[in-house]
Amino acid sequence: MIDLADVHVRLGQRDVLRGITATLAERRIGVAGANGSGKSTLARLFNGLALPSSGTVTVLGEDTRRHAARIRRRVGFLFTDPDAQIVMPTVAEDVAFSLRRHKLPAAEVTRRVSAVLARYGLDGHADHPAHQLSGGQKQLLALCSVLVLEPEILIMDEPTTLLDLRHSRLVAEVLRELPMQVIVVTHDLPLLDGFDRVLVLDEGRIVADATPESALGHYRKLMA
Amino acid sequence: MSGATGLAGIYVPGSSPLHRLPVGVKLLGLAVCCTVLVLLRSPWAMGAAALVTAGLYALSGVGAAAAWAQIRPVRWFAVALFAVQWVMAGLPTAAMLTSRLVLAVALAALVTLTTRTSAMLATLERGLRPARRLGVDPFRLSLLLSLTIRTVPVMAGLAVRVREAQRARGVEWSLRAFAVPLVVSALRHADALGEALSARGLDD
Repeated sequence: MIDLADVHVRLGQRDVLRGITATLAERRIGVAGANGSGKSTLARLFNGLALPSSGTVTVLGEDTRRHAARIRRRVGFLFTDPDAQIVMPTVAEDVAFSLRRHKLPAAEVTRRVSAVLARYGLDGHADHPAHQLSGGQKQLLALCSVLVLEPEILIMDEPTTLLDLRHSRLVAEVLRELPMQVIVVTHDLPLLDGFDRVLVLDEGRIVADATPESALGHYRKLMA
Repeated sequence: MSGATGLAGIYVPGSSPLHRLPVGVKLLGLAVCCTVLVLLRSPWAMGAAALVTAGLYALSGVGAAAAWAQIRPVRWFAVALFAVQWVMAGLPTAAMLTSRLVLAVALAALVTLTTRTSAMLATLERGLRPARRLGVDPFRLSLLLSLTIRTVPVMAGLAVRVREAQRARGVEWSLRAFAVPLVVSALRHADALGEALSARGLDD
């Protein structure tokens, strides 16, 4: 569960987020909004990658200002560009890299890596160079590298922006099956089908907070 | 981009005896072999060393293409070295020196072809543990090396994209038009990578 209490974020001279207050407890939550509306900054607040200028963000009962590193171990984050997230040369090594600081026995690391790669259809690519994967496969690899840590909450920042239709559908299917709370920031509105709740941001404020049908209707009017 | 690709994706999966050897043993073996190469004086002995190297490649099962891909980058340097040494010191010395260089490169490449980068870095991390007393963090150092290896194809990709964008706008060659967007893209990538590492819990 994530609690935001009167959160403001100011970057330089610009107010990126203004007075956001919300409690996010639903299993599937979407965030939509125009470019520059503050969506990505909001997403980064959820795992302490960004900190509020004023107000408080409490994630899983902990204040992000005081326990950002600890929160990041419990909250996974998937970025738009998988190239920036892949740090090891091969697919299996990159997933295993996430577990390095956990000091697990080698056999347990291998078991967990194999399981997550098999789950998302990358087991045949385990020893392939990561940079030679397609865009969709890279995004799946980035997702595997996050999911191998079994986060309690997963934040996805525009996960389908760089993907073709087929891979976008694949990410949507994967998303539906994930067991944890997932918050997705996206311009890809069909991705939010079946979600429990959608927030619409405009100029740093929440202007709609409702079911997908109602909130996205508001968003479409806003963009008209 | 082939060089960059080769550097980042050099490991060839397999289960040969060379793949199964511990990394430390392979590195020690490489050091011993390179020392022996330096000490060899007879062309016959060098020929035997070449046969042993070829035998090790056959044993590893990495394939001729992977082997050639490792030697190819030094081919022109080897030819130039051979030519200069022939003129300066005669044919036997040129042949010995060039063979020594090519075999040393081939043996070093064989270690990387049969060793996962992660295993190499883990060994490095273990080897650097005593340096903790001097304030060196082995994990950070091995992370730095893995990021360096990973960044090579990313930078090569950025350079290709910048070059294509330049050409699309009708600029065939301009150092400033190439360097500025490349540096900006590299800095953006570095920022994003730093954020991604923090998100993966590697910021403490």
